[in-house]
Amino acid sequence: MSGFNTRIRKALSSPQIRQSFRGAMDFLRQKRAQATAQVSDWEALRQQGQRIRQQVLAELPKLLQQLEDNCLRNGIQVHWAADAAQANQIILDIAQRHQVRAVVKGKSMASEEIGLNAFFAKQGIVCTETDMGEYIVQLAHETPSHIIMPAIHKTKEEIAELFAEKLGHRLPSDDVDGMIGLGRAILREHFKHAEMGLTGVNFAVAESGTLCLVENEGNGRFSSTAPRIHVALMGIEKVIPSEQDLAPLLSLLTRSATGQALTTYVNLIKGPRGQELDGPQEVHLVLLDNGRSQMYQDPKLRETLACIRCGACMNHCPVYTRIGGHAYGSTYPGPIGQVVTPQQQGLQRAGDLLDACSLNGACGEACPVGIDLPGLIRRLRQEREQSNAAWSRRLGWRLWSLAMRRPGLYRLSQTLLRYWPYATLGDPSGWSRHRDFPQPAARSLSAQLRRRGQRHEP
Amino acid sequence: MSCNKAEQDLRGTRSAQPVWFFGTCLIDTFYPQAGLDAIALLELCGYEVIYPEGQTCCGQPACNSGFTRQGVKVARYLISSFSARPWPLVVPSASCAGMIQRYPELFEPGSSEHVQAQALAARTFELVSFLLPHLQSLKPRPLPETAIALHQSCAARRETHSADDWETALRSIPELQWSLPAYAEECCGFGGTFAVKSPDVSLAMTADKCQHLRATGARSICSGDCGCLMNLGGYLTRQGQSVDTPHIASILARAYLPQAHLSPAPSAAAMATRDFEK
Repeated sequence: MSGFNTRIRKALSSPQIRQSFRGAMDFLRQKRAQATAQVSDWEALRQQGQRIRQQVLAELPKLLQQLEDNCLRNGIQVHWAADAAQANQIILDIAQRHQVRAVVKGKSMASEEIGLNAFFAKQGIVCTETDMGEYIVQLAHETPSHIIMPAIHKTKEEIAELFAEKLGHRLPSDDVDGMIGLGRAILREHFKHAEMGLTGVNFAVAESGTLCLVENEGNGRFSSTAPRIHVALMGIEKVIPSEQDLAPLLSLLTRSATGQALTTYVNLIKGPRGQELDGPQEVHLVLLDNGRSQMYQDPKLRETLACIRCGACMNHCPVYTRIGGHAYGSTYPGPIGQVVTPQQQGLQRAGDLLDACSLNGACGEACPVGIDLPGLIRRLRQEREQSNAAWSRRLGWRLWSLAMRRPGLYRLSQTLLRYWPYATLGDPSGWSRHRDFPQPAARSLSAQLRRRGQRHEP
Repeated sequence: MSCNKAEQDLRGTRSAQPVWFFGTCLIDTFYPQAGLDAIALLELCGYEVIYPEGQTCCGQPACNSGFTRQGVKVARYLISSFSARPWPLVVPSASCAGMIQRYPELFEPGSSEHVQAQALAARTFELVSFLLPHLQSLKPRPLPETAIALHQSCAARRETHSADDWETALRSIPELQWSLPAYAEECCGFGGTFAVKSPDVSLAMTADKCQHLRATGARSICSGDCGCLMNLGGYLTRQGQSVDTPHIASILARAYLPQAHLSPAPSAAAMATRDFEK
């Protein structure tokens, strides 16, 4: 059994995981449905979003160049990172130049992708997550189980226990506000003393060099304004052409992610402090490639880069809903993770992620920018089989294909199926352990129609 | 097609318009009654049904499993089976109809095969969506004693967009008690080789789906995709629950066809599964 299937089995055997994710996904689906119904023509908005993202992909190199030029003009220092190691090193260099000992972090999946916290810890620099969910996950030495709701797998009882153990305050588990208050008070101290703030970026506007960051807790604004240094880390695909594109994309993003018309905070960052008394003295933008330009090479797989990281695909995925994010064992879980991870880590290493998909299409239906996620999964399965398939599987499908093009062989296999079903179907243990297999009909449809003389040619 | 029609109109004897029928490998092999009912309904609506001998599969299992090259060969074979005339191709499965509608993706844009695939895709229809406009002018018989839960297949919902047509067709039958389960939009866990390669999560999805279907109180589960019915019926019979899993064509046939046309068996699917248990 593959490692992924083992993790799936473990997740499925936990009633708590089953309940937490079912409940949370139902809630998020319902909120999204309400939020999209408020838009007079959601489908048109979705198409507009898709067009913008396709335009971005059509001229990505040009837009990135334009973004760099305009950021530099605004006083934002721009760095290019080819991979995770380079991104970590760039950020570390900035930190060391300023003798940074403590970093506060706004929520950033890109920083999870590069493993920033662990890297900084090795260098003796404390990185504190300031998004409440991320903070909880960090205290528990875990990773996010959802890209928008990182601690969705934890119950309030577990969080009360965690806070008692790690923060030294035992609060009743039904006092959610109390627990959040405790976390906020502690985080406030971190904000005061951090020399560097690190955040992600939701969209970067090429024509103006503006970084856009949405959030609900204010921690992103705090992280990007209180410390002396602000480092923004973004995947290169997050660039958009103009400020006019922001309104439709933000509406699509926040409605799809949390069912909000708009988040509590929308930060538009245009550079370090000028004549003002507050704000960071330096702003850095780290543009992360980490496999993205490889995806860009292929006209179909390129669609992966249209993603705006809203999480709607996982919220609507019947597999994710049952196994949760950790079972995937990758930074990005759910359908988008199944598409991104094998492309970043290689099909040999992460190709088994592609199996946990019934191609039901719920993800593609939910995607606010119309990414053909089922099509991408199909395509990556094709890549995987072309490079890695065992000879027995190749032979099996070759024989199958042959039988489906030779009516005589096809009829023979129907007969074989009647007497020896599993010979024709390969190892069906996954099927037969819990399901009966139907008996082939005594007379096939073709045979019955032939008998009664159904017209069979023009 | 238009030429034939004009000719027929000139002669004043409008004979039935021909349609191609692709029975699908599952119906051909396991559920022939669904195919017979579908053909009877098409004939009732005034079509002459052409069933090319030697038809097999749409190629979907290979394409979905990553063996696209083998799938393409089968797709090519299917295209050649249904391209002698530009008649509509009617398919009693949203999943297979959806696959054929996706055929153009398999071929190089601009190639003659791509053009052929596009032409076929454009004249391929899911059965109930194709029948619905005709059914609306017919008078169905009431089915008061029947209670069914409708399983919308993912392909009907998201590929052929037939799910609403299935509901409309059932709604047209007087006194039929039918309902949608909770989480109607969620996959039943079949997904072809998904059920074999990710058996645990597939099973969890199937168990949930069956629970929601049974919670409707119906003893029959009906759908327009035999893959889903094979999965749901196979699970429920293993659980020792007696349940019918008729194809939606069989329900429509009972309401719309003259009594004489009807076969004695209410559900070929359930019959087949029961036989196997012995």
